[in-house]
Amino acid sequence: MTATTNRRRWLGVAGASLGAMWLTACDKLTADPKFSGVLRKAEGLTMKAQRLVTDRKALAKEFTSVHISRDFKSNGTRFPTDEDYVALLADNFAGYKLVVDGLVERPLELTLAELRQQPARTQITRHDCVEGWSSIGKWTGARLGPLLDRAGLKPNARYVVFHCADTLEQTLDGTGKYYESIDLIDAYHPQTILAYQMNDATLPVGHGAPLRLRVERQLGYKHAKYVMRIEVVENLDTVDANGQTVLGRGKGGFWPDRGYEWYAGI
Amino acid sequence: MAEKTGPGMEFVRRHTLVTRLTHWLNVLVISLLLMSGLQIFNAHPALYWGEKSTFADPWLAMTSVTVADVPRGVTSVGDLQFETTGLFGFSGKQGMGEARGFPSWATIPSYRSLADGRMWHFFFAWLFVINGLVYWLWGLIGGHIRHDMLPKRAQLKPGHILHELVTHAQLKFPKGDEARTYNVIQKFTYLAVIAVILPMMVVTGLCMSPGFNATVPWLTDLFGGRQSARTLHFISAGLIVAFIVVHVVLVLISGVWNNMRSMVTGKYAIQLQGDRP
Repeated sequence: MTATTNRRRWLGVAGASLGAMWLTACDKLTADPKFSGVLRKAEGLTMKAQRLVTDRKALAKEFTSVHISRDFKSNGTRFPTDEDYVALLADNFAGYKLVVDGLVERPLELTLAELRQQPARTQITRHDCVEGWSSIGKWTGARLGPLLDRAGLKPNARYVVFHCADTLEQTLDGTGKYYESIDLIDAYHPQTILAYQMNDATLPVGHGAPLRLRVERQLGYKHAKYVMRIEVVENLDTVDANGQTVLGRGKGGFWPDRGYEWYAGI
Repeated sequence: MAEKTGPGMEFVRRHTLVTRLTHWLNVLVISLLLMSGLQIFNAHPALYWGEKSTFADPWLAMTSVTVADVPRGVTSVGDLQFETTGLFGFSGKQGMGEARGFPSWATIPSYRSLADGRMWHFFFAWLFVINGLVYWLWGLIGGHIRHDMLPKRAQLKPGHILHELVTHAQLKFPKGDEARTYNVIQKFTYLAVIAVILPMMVVTGLCMSPGFNATVPWLTDLFGGRQSARTLHFISAGLIVAFIVVHVVLVLISGVWNNMRSMVTGKYAIQLQGDRP
């Protein structure tokens, strides 16, 4: 074996070992709560920066009907198998009532017919999935702002939580039920609606029938499907007497509970 | 500013502290951004042009197909298909292979986790932006951009550029006075990186943000839509990788220790030529 091939082999081994060390280090740092805690500070910075440069009422881009996707992807739960939901679906949601409660003066229970009489908005917007793809759809629904005003927010109201009918992950403690939450800035944004129509037809099951949230300045996982109850709260990480988080695992949403950002504006 | 060393040699101050610090911080930050970026890409290893995804017809896709019970990685670019088992679409150790866009040695973390990839990416994206701003502010105010990066008039003469291209292709590197400044090819390349490709990464990255889209809708339109921005983000990252490969090779063959010393300590040795002291 010549000196050159020896040296090349040595360099190759050294390079591969360095690469392996680098990868192991990155994996270990990812699992380290202190380190990942530092990395996650960027989320707050991103949110503050975006809020600083963006008008509260700045609209997400709206499109025309020629842009509507014919292959709009259904992601997450596509067909809830939860008993209550299956029963409601069997009756074509005749028995459905949206509950609005929590820190409100006048808790509400609204049928789909009543929701359709609420101040509404129609918008053709782009749905941006956290995975990277986008689809464009036309949504019609009740504006969340006027609905919250009708219920009347209490002074300490800060977040709006959407409880969903679907269980996306089977867990022993019930934290696999889908839920999401937004703050009042997004809740009162003019494009934030509870959609009951998609592309001029009744909202299909794959896209969240009978009611889904549209919060157009954030990624797809914030757009809760199968919304059953809207709860207004002061904190997302409240714990009960047993030290258990009241809402999921306390991060404000199914995916935030699993490491994704609560602020999904990027 | 120059200090004399042995006969025929002279040390000059090549790189200022700010250049050296921002350079090495970029080495770390860009490595982490590239690898966490590939993790994010792997969540949907397909690229499109325009505003929306046309799922049946991406212009680039990495997929896994099973042929005769054996999983294979396939990369398609337009109408072309390439078998890329072990690299793109399907990779991993024998018997432990999995369907994934880029292989585990290229991603952070090495296992599949979009949430963790995003956690790394957005933290270091902030560092990258801050690092870039420091470099540009200092470069504009301190004159680094004007004096060292912008080509001099004499360097822009076609004859000179041609001469540089020819000697560069022959791997003959400048000596003596010519080695005191960047040559015109270096200047063009570095300017393309610092003024076009790196800023392009930030802007196309921001154009994928639904929040930022509401802030500056026209910027995403400028690139032809969110999916085009994602594609251009990927292509720009590829250009950075291409630059790094060429850059590292040239650093290695044009006097690796002298180059490394100049980027670490700032001192760069020049071989004096002819009768000049």
